[in-house]
This record gives sequence, structure tokens and C-alpha cells, in this order.
Amino acid sequence: MNRTPSQFKILASENVADPRLRRTFHSATHHALGQRAQSVQLVPEWEDLRERAHRIKEEAIEHLDLHLERLEASVIQRGGRVFWARDASEAAGYVVDLCRRLGASTVVKSKSMAAEEIGLTDALEASGVEPVETDLGEFIIQLAGETPSHIIAPALHMTRQQIGGLFQEKFGIPYTDVPSELCAFARQRLRQEFLSARLGISGVNFAAADTGTIVVVENEGNARLCTSLPRVHLAIMGLEKVIPRFSDLPLFLRLLARSSTGQRQTSYVSMISGPRREGEWDGPEEFHLILLDNGRSDILADPRVRRSLYCIRCGACLNTCPIYQRVGGHSYGSVYSGPIGAVLTPLFQGLEAAQDLPYASSLCGSCSNICPVKIDLHHQLLWLREKLVARGSTPWRERLAMTLYAAGMKDPALYRMGSALLRLLLKVAGKSGRSLAIPGWSSTRDFPALAETSFKQWWKENRNQGEEP
Amino acid sequence: MTVSLFIPCLVDQFFPSVGINLVKILRKVGVSVDYPSGQTCCGQPAFNSGYHEEATQLARRFLEVFGKAETIVSPSGSCTSMVKVFYPELLQDPGLSRELQEITGRTHEFSDFLVNVMGIKDLGATFPHRVTYHDACHLLRELRVHRAPRELIRHVRGIELVEMEDSDACCGFGGTFSVKFPDISTAMVQDKGTAILETEAEYVVANDSSCLMQIGGYLSRRDLPIKPLHLADLLGENL
Repeated sequence: MNRTPSQFKILASENVADPRLRRTFHSATHHALGQRAQSVQLVPEWEDLRERAHRIKEEAIEHLDLHLERLEASVIQRGGRVFWARDASEAAGYVVDLCRRLGASTVVKSKSMAAEEIGLTDALEASGVEPVETDLGEFIIQLAGETPSHIIAPALHMTRQQIGGLFQEKFGIPYTDVPSELCAFARQRLRQEFLSARLGISGVNFAAADTGTIVVVENEGNARLCTSLPRVHLAIMGLEKVIPRFSDLPLFLRLLARSSTGQRQTSYVSMISGPRREGEWDGPEEFHLILLDNGRSDILADPRVRRSLYCIRCGACLNTCPIYQRVGGHSYGSVYSGPIGAVLTPLFQGLEAAQDLPYASSLCGSCSNICPVKIDLHHQLLWLREKLVARGSTPWRERLAMTLYAAGMKDPALYRMGSALLRLLLKVAGKSGRSLAIPGWSSTRDFPALAETSFKQWWKENRNQGEEP
Repeated sequence: MTVSLFIPCLVDQFFPSVGINLVKILRKVGVSVDYPSGQTCCGQPAFNSGYHEEATQLARRFLEVFGKAETIVSPSGSCTSMVKVFYPELLQDPGLSRELQEITGRTHEFSDFLVNVMGIKDLGATFPHRVTYHDACHLLRELRVHRAPRELIRHVRGIELVEMEDSDACCGFGGTFSVKFPDISTAMVQDKGTAILETEAEYVVANDSSCLMQIGGYLSRRDLPIKPLHLADLLGENL
């Protein structure tokens, strides 16, 4: 299923009209929000943590070049290799070449949004390498031929009954929708893959510039296996994942775990500082780190949207977003959905290719309110809207309407005349006091009638009424 | 003290009673009321749609019209947040910044003004009905006003305030969002409507006419027996 962000309106309309999906999105997002709220309540200094994390991200992003070079030097010093990928094809090309050199016919992969972003699994398949998704959610959607619908919970759009049916169909096992049984089956099936794969691929949650440590956060243990069992480990990260110091890590781990799954800490936190060294008896022989740009430098160049690079991919803004809650991740037509997707996708893929996304928000601000690193997400959307207008990419009717509106509002005499004229016209048409018909509104909601007398008029006539002498 | 009323264009044209009742309330608490007649719209519709040039012109007008005002009070969390939160982002103009800072500091949403500036919670109103309160997004999350309107409601004689589930969830209005994405906007107000109905209240109260237009428009289309009510109307009509 090839969805694009330009289809947002159509996809969103389809999904919002599907009662089963609506229920699934509602219960999944509200469950996650409930867990988060409970765990955040236990941290009285939560607001301070958010503020500190914002400052550290600011420091990292404002001097991204320095931190990345430091990270590169630290990784190399620990015996790892670093590849700077300008775009998706350079990054995927590097992985494909590495598979060739290793003679790897299958690779095991843990969850990585950066890998999703560059279409890594498709690139591997196209070159004859079988990518095996080992995160349970990713395993399920790979099986279903789907794409992730949530940053943290890729299979959020599916019910366990659907997953049971899928396992029955694809593996010929007796039907069950008991999560622990489905999980046990996947685990058993994946164990063999872990043991035989020559290359393990992971994402990166944080990379500490000073120590060259990459950190992978998860609950299933599959990423731990991906990064430690195969002969070679390759990690891929967006440029923005660097943090200045290893000592910043505890703060971010607290914020990430509580914001994403409502846990105090995830079950596994892997901290990887280079490949196996002399004298060590396990761990991969080679460690590769891909630093992925793919449009991030351009975002960095614009100070008004730069803060979108602070994102730690916790998914809380998706859960709390009233739009995401009703249309789900697939409507956004890209790997990043919800408020952060509405900001990043137009920046990554081009404003015109994702023109509806900056408007896919009621500007309610609950995304900015929940963001653990205090990104002003809905303000970022406003800047994107401004960019679209500045480029002349909005419809001519809208531009005309805005010009007329501004002209009328700039001149109080014109405003009064327009207001009086409108009332006169309605009176002549016999429509005074009746609900106005507004396209896009009136099919589901009544629009109010224009008041017989405006406040302005009332004030003019009654301003002294009721005033103390 | 003289308060200059900042009446949103939506209130001016569609819901003038909100403005009239605000005048009544302010006079009742002993402040004199002024209405700078040159005011029109704060520019939020243009700003929210990305038309910053147009919004800037209207923002500058606002500063001219209200430049001399001692205190500015508005019956809308949304329009107040346009001035207090979004003008500084929009007008990144060092020459204006002092004037701008002063004006944003002197501008208040009316429930916030009554409770937190004037220290008044009891206006002496009587309204023997069951009501529920919807937190308008901008009032709650841009201006952080949560308690003030509830304090005012609780002090009304005979009133029963019942909290709805997710009172802080958006009603789905969002300006042009409501017509650009009518399906999503309607789905949002449906859920809001359900939460309101579950309280078995007679009235849903809010401090923004735009939210009430969305909620009320949906309730009346469905013939649901709950009436939208602006807090200024609730207080002013029943003094």
C-alpha cells in the first residue's frame, strides 16, 4: 500500500468514518495517555525535567556540527566506523554494500524510525537480502505488508483478533488471540534468525558525543539481541539524536520512558560503545554508525522550525492529538504521523508534497503541552502555513478572501458599512435571523444567525445605560 | 480603574449579548468601561492560516487602537491569547517590543481578570441549573486559565457544576480547520457532545464563543437538549 502525504484528506476521511478503527485508535491512545499520566504524576519535578531537556537539546542542535564531529571521533576511537549519509539512498546503499561484503542473506532488524524513513527493508529486499523485523509490532506489520501507524506502537491500528487471524493465515498455526501465545510463537520463530544472521541493524535513541555511546531503548530484548549476537552491528540515526554528554542520558531516559509507555524505565536499555575489543569474549566484531541527514540540515537552517529537531520520538504528541486519535497514523501517508509528523513530513518531503499536513491541526496545543522536550509543535505548524502562503502555494480563493478580510478589518468605517450592508441584504432576502449556510460547516452543524444588532451598534446606542451616575 | 473592552469580531457580529453582559459585569464590580470604537479583528484568522502580512497589519492596528488603554479585557481566551502569546511571535520587531510588552501585560481574558486581577469570585448571580464547563484550548493551554472560570461558576447561587470527561479535549473548531476538515472536526465535536450529554447538564458553559458556536451548532443539529452558554452570559444575565 503506497500512501503519500498528499492524500491526507482522502485517507483521513476514510479512516475517521471507520467505526472499528475509531474505537481502536481511541482505546489505544487513551490507554497510553492514562499510563503516562500515572507515571508522570509520580515525578513532582517533571516540569523542571522538561525544561532541562529542552535546554540540552537546544545546546545540541544549535551546535550540531561540533557535537556530531565529536561523536564521530569518539566512535572511531572506540573502534567503530562512521558513515555520513546525505540522503536515503546513500544510507540504504551503505547497508546493501555491507550485506554484500558480509555475504549476508538475512539481516535481523530492531525498530528504527530512521530505517523506516529511508525505506531500508524495501532496499534490502530489492538487492536480495531478507530483512527480518524482530520487534513484535514491526514483525506483525511486516507480515501484513503494512507500514507502522505509530512511532512507538507500529501495529496500533490492528486488533489482537486481526493479528491472530494473520498468524493463522501466514504460519498455518491454530487460531489464538491470546497476546502471550502470539508473542511466544513470534519469539520462538525469531530466535533462529538471531542466531544465524551475520548483520544486526538497530536504531539509536540517543548518542552521547563525549563517549561515543549509542543508546537503544526497548522492552522486548530483541534490540539487545540484534546489537550483540550477529558478527556485525550497524546502527542508524538521524543527525539530531546526538546529545552532548553521556551524563545527560538519565534525564532523557526518564522523560522518554514515562512519555512513551508510562514506564519508569524500559525493560532494556542497551549502551553500546564500539565493537568487541581485545580481551572481550562477546559482542560484534564490527560496529557501523550511519549519521543520516536526509533533509535535517535544511531544517536546521531555518530557525523557526529548528526545534522540531529536538524530538526524541516518544509518541506522546500522537496519543494526545485529537486529530491523530481519530484518523490514525496511516492517514498521514508517511512514517512520521501525528503532530510531529505534520511538522516533519512537509520539511522532509517538500511543502507542496504534504500541503494539507500543516493544516491538519485545530491548534489546540495539547501536543506542545505534552512534549517532554517542550517543542512548540503547534507553533511550528503555524510557521509552515506561513511558508506555504509566502510561496504562493495556497488556493487563490483563500488568498482573495484573506485580502478582502484584511482590507475590511483594517478600516473600521468599511467594517461598519460591510456589517450594515450584510444585514440589509439578509433582510431584503428575507433571511434575517436565520442560520447562515456555510460550505464545509453546515452539512453537520448549524451556523448561527447574524445578530440583528451588532455589539458596536448597541454600544453606540446604549453606552450610558446602566452606568452609575 | 477603566477597562477597555476588546470585543472579538465573532462576538460583535453573532453573539453581542456576550459583550453586553460583560459590560454589565464589569460595571457591577465597579470599574468604568470603555469601548475603543476603532477596533475590528485581532487578526487571528489570518495568522492561523499563515497570512502573516495581513495579520501583522491588523496587529499593528490593535496596538494603535488600544495603545492608551489602561487595562484591556476580552470575553475570549482565543483572541486574548492572540494578543498575549502570538503577537510577540508575529511582530518580531525590536522597535515595538516595549509597547508590545506593556500591552500584552495589560490584556486579560475576563474570568482571569475578575478572579486573578480583581480578586472577585462571587458576583452575586443566581442560576439554579446543572451546568458543565468546557475548557477552551487557548484559554487553558496558551493562557493557563483553568481555575478562574470554575471559581466564578461555583459561586453562583443554586448552580451545580458537573465536570465532563476530558473537559480539556478540543471541541474541533480550530478556525478554518472546521471547514477545511469537516469530517474530523465533526468527529471531534461528536465526542465532545457525548461527554457533555453524559453529565446530564442543562447547559454547557465556555469562555469562547467560537467553541460554543461549534458545540452549539452540533447540539442543535442533533436536537440535543443541552444549551451552549458563554460564562459572561451566565453571570451577566443572572445578576
